[in-house]
Amino acid sequence: MGHFFMSRTNKIIEDHKVIEVLNPSPGNYFLTLQSPVEIPAILPGNFAEIKVPDAPDVFLRRPFSILDVDYKNRLIRFYVKVIGKGTKKLGELNVGDQVSMIYPLGNSYTLPQPGHKALIVGGGSGIAPFILLGKALIKNSNEVTFLIGGRSKQDVLLINELSSYGAVLITTEDGSLGERGLVTEHSVFRPDKFKFDKIYTCGPDPMMKAVGDLATAAGIDCEASLENMMACGFGICLCCITPTQEGNKRVCWDGPVFNVNYLKWHS
Amino acid sequence: MAQLGIKIHDLEFKNPVTVASGTFGFGEEMAQFVDLNKLGGIFVKGLTLKNREGNDYPRMAETASGMLNAVGLQNKGIDYFTHHIYPNIKDYNTHIIANVNGGTVEEYVELTEKLNELDRVTAIELNISCPNVKAGGMLFGTSCPSAIAVTDAVRKVYDKTLIVKLSPNVTDIAEMARAVEGAGADSISLINTLVGMAIDAEKRKPILSTVTGGLSGPAIKPVALRMVWQCYKSVKIPIFGIGGIMNATDAIEFILAGSSAIQVGTANFIDPTISEKIILGIDEYLNRHKIASVSELIGALEVH
Ligand SMILES: Cc1cc2nc3c(=O)[nH]c(=O)nc-3n(C[C@H](O)[C@H](O)[C@H](O)COP(=O)(O)O)c2cc1C
Ligand code: FES
Repeated sequence: MGHFFMSRTNKIIEDHKVIEVLNPSPGNYFLTLQSPVEIPAILPGNFAEIKVPDAPDVFLRRPFSILDVDYKNRLIRFYVKVIGKGTKKLGELNVGDQVSMIYPLGNSYTLPQPGHKALIVGGGSGIAPFILLGKALIKNSNEVTFLIGGRSKQDVLLINELSSYGAVLITTEDGSLGERGLVTEHSVFRPDKFKFDKIYTCGPDPMMKAVGDLATAAGIDCEASLENMMACGFGICLCCITPTQEGNKRVCWDGPVFNVNYLKWHS
Repeated sequence: MAQLGIKIHDLEFKNPVTVASGTFGFGEEMAQFVDLNKLGGIFVKGLTLKNREGNDYPRMAETASGMLNAVGLQNKGIDYFTHHIYPNIKDYNTHIIANVNGGTVEEYVELTEKLNELDRVTAIELNISCPNVKAGGMLFGTSCPSAIAVTDAVRKVYDKTLIVKLSPNVTDIAEMARAVEGAGADSISLINTLVGMAIDAEKRKPILSTVTGGLSGPAIKPVALRMVWQCYKSVKIPIFGIGGIMNATDAIEFILAGSSAIQVGTANFIDPTISEKIILGIDEYLNRHKIASVSELIGALEVH
């Protein structure tokens, strides 16, 4: 577990210009920002710490997974799901506003052997790292299946984009799209269909734990990306810890991606 | 360029800007953002004799202009520090100051003896003010007799610069300052965090796993300034001012109130490069006011 800064890529701390704000459904936003400098290499799972502008009551930065990046045009994209005052304010940004960001932070998902089949399971804000992950897997010659869950059909986002990297399966709790129920109740988990070499998951803790349990029971390697509260996001405050086989680890520094068997909530 | 150097006991600091314990890791993580050689000093994350896992998650709650933390001194212990961290940071051209924690006087003494062997740890900061541990910590820093006992015991085994970090969770901070000065402290640093709590009304539950935690950030600055000023008037030893310093103006205010140097804490989380910016800002202030040396400003508050 390399944890020295020497092994990390360069970080940037820069004001970024808002280029586009999309609001596909209530409480869901896609932000595109432009960096004034060249964007360093971003790996799937990496996140950024964003300072919410003009919000004196939002004291700390907020961590967001990096959704996508366009190196040529120096563009970086985020998915913002409104859950508190910081995310609400980000949804109110206007084109042209300046936003301070620090990235890339955290580790990344590890890729399976070329040819192996991957299942990517998520819900809520957990879908954010899936575009970069899908791209990386395709480049690595893996077969990709996404399983996206939501309360109802307006919570299920990014379907078109994700479908360019693999099949997209859907569950909604109200049955308005895809199979009815929780993600973990989807038919893909039935023994005859649950044939994958690697599982990735990101979303609420109970969902990731359930997915991890299903993967472990079937003997499939599984990585989860955690979304703990953070104060700094770059390893210095020790506020974001999660219990692991080797004691408390920083989600922002040793993670956010962990093998589910390494996490204590799993056992 | 104004004269930024200051003296704490017999140590020369190239400038008065240092970073607070627990808000800068062990320096290593921050080297990707800050040129550590530019800092006056680094107070490294609180150390204990043995490995400590700290408190359970959640350990943090954002508050109005600040945050509560309940980290609980998570660290791998002094032996790990000596073998795996110290070698990586010892060659930086800045003061490396260890933050010393214990559950008993004997633990403080034993840890100090081990740190005494590390040449490049030029001073220690005795943390008798951590609100997030059950044994020791703040219990030492909130009663004069125990503050004296631990300072005195550590003084007997330590010849280098001894800084004692005071708790604001007391009725009379000046009395505490005088007590540790009398027991042999070369310097004091203040303030550590103020005990506070945060509640989730919807869930009717505390936000922190420990219920209470330590408040830091701009929310505590007025209290910290007042305490520095009271201590400045009560002791002769130099003071490190701490509490909600977010920019160079805040730093100047602490120096005017009587701090010889300052520690930047929570601000590092929001802008990891802030300590370097504060150094530049202090220089700019001195030039603008045509003040030759920062030491002229220490305690230079004009009351009336
Ligand atoms: C996350 C966190 C961890 C801390 N850990 C320590 C510690 O290990 N030892 C210590 O003496 N003070 C510790 N402190 C207190 C700070 O060093 C400082 O005294 C306090 O935060 C007030 O300064 P600030 O408002 O600039 O942050 C910690 C503070 C925070 C926010
Ligand atoms: S958020 Fe500060 S160490 Fe992870």
